[in-house]
Amino acid sequence: MSGLEVHNIGFRYGAKVALEGVSFAVEPGRFCALLGPNGAGKSTLFALLTGLLSAPEGTIHVAGHDIRREPTKALARMGVVFQQPTLDLDLTVAQNLRYFAALQGLSGREAATRIEGALDRLGMAERAGEKARALNGGHRRRTEIARALLHRPAVLLLDEPTVGLDAASRAAITDHVHRLAREDGLTVLWATHLTDEVDPSDDLVILHQGRVLRHATAGALTGGAPLTEVFLGLTRAAA
Amino acid sequence: MSRYLTALRAIVAREALRFLGQRERFLSALVRPLVWLLVFAAGFRAALGLSITPPYQTYIEYETYIVPGLCGMILLFNGMQSSLSLVYDREMGSMRLLLTAPLPRWWLLVCKLLAGTAIGVLQCYAFLLVAWLWGIRMPWGGYLAALPALVVAGLMLGALGLALSSLVKQLENFAGVMNFVIFPMFFLSSALYPLWRMQEAGDLLHDICAANPFTHAVELVRFALYLQFNPVALGWTVLATAAFLGLSLWGYDPARGMMGQKA
Repeated sequence: MSGLEVHNIGFRYGAKVALEGVSFAVEPGRFCALLGPNGAGKSTLFALLTGLLSAPEGTIHVAGHDIRREPTKALARMGVVFQQPTLDLDLTVAQNLRYFAALQGLSGREAATRIEGALDRLGMAERAGEKARALNGGHRRRTEIARALLHRPAVLLLDEPTVGLDAASRAAITDHVHRLAREDGLTVLWATHLTDEVDPSDDLVILHQGRVLRHATAGALTGGAPLTEVFLGLTRAAA
Repeated sequence: MSRYLTALRAIVAREALRFLGQRERFLSALVRPLVWLLVFAAGFRAALGLSITPPYQTYIEYETYIVPGLCGMILLFNGMQSSLSLVYDREMGSMRLLLTAPLPRWWLLVCKLLAGTAIGVLQCYAFLLVAWLWGIRMPWGGYLAALPALVVAGLMLGALGLALSSLVKQLENFAGVMNFVIFPMFFLSSALYPLWRMQEAGDLLHDICAANPFTHAVELVRFALYLQFNPVALGWTVLATAAFLGLSLWGYDPARGMMGQKA
């Protein structure tokens, strides 16, 4: 399988169980929302998916590569947008992108062409020489998403990417990433606690207290009812 | 192999851009040892007589004695500071960005270490230049011979900072570590007084200073500045570098989970 496959993952901090028996898969071209209240284990799951932590139980495959046994191959096929801002605010937009491209092994003309293309698509070509500090929150996020795609990954992971953004930027970024899945065949995992970022046709994994409560398409799960109510009902019943 | 070098170049370039962007950091890195040299050493010159000890072949003034120790101080502060930026980076998320690059983790940490060391060595030469202008001059060849010594010393102190940053979770704790690491390391060494002076003060004090890896880093630089090679100092400094680097690789091991733990 070329997308993302999580099988029976468990993790604990000392005696506290953070994740238990978590399994799900995301096919190429699908947008999967990972929905869970704060403290559900989303951040721990992201640390495991990106190899920052390694799980004692279970396996994770990214584009067919086991993150534990072939970490560099798995990471090379993965783009990540972290919840924390990761742009260097004192460097220019272009310097930030060049730094990341080099970490991915891209340099010289190849890197320059891709960076130019990425900034063009964002409509930010003329801002390449500006310090990242000069960008507003929405543009910073868009830059981070563009950066995560520079090495043309198969799987894109985003950890609460719209935190702190206004409604318009939030909608724009959510649409943008949905389009990436639909049109470019990217496998997307989007962690959030905001139900309005999920489309009915999206895959939906509801994570609660370290376990997967539901895994289905959003539309099938709600049966037309508002997702917020269904989500609150489910997490309340399980608590 | 080229992927490795591409990443190394980018990490060093980023560190250099950040350093040049923070002019206060460069100034304070330069002013700190200069205050010691121009104020402290000038005041102590009268009080402290130094007999001839290797590598010196004649009587030297206290200002001259203290220069290698102050190079060590620059590298010590720089090593701690670049790991302070690691702790800060980790909270800001750019450490995550670095560690999710498709390269082995040990290499990414070594790149970070080399980048920090390059910055530290540059600061040392800026300081040596000012000292030269002030009239404290080493043999010309010494400035060249000191380069590898400064690099080894910088790597050792950078590795110590890296190890601490992997084990310290929050910025506040880190300030404490700075006090408990920087000051004892600097004062309990041969940076300010030769070891035989320490012996006069007590055997225990002398033994602590002699065991302090910072002493060996300073002596390595001191001998190199006079075109002499100190194999014992080199041996201990390399050994300490390996130990600190091993500790940091252990600290940043994903199975141990320092990175993912919530603050």
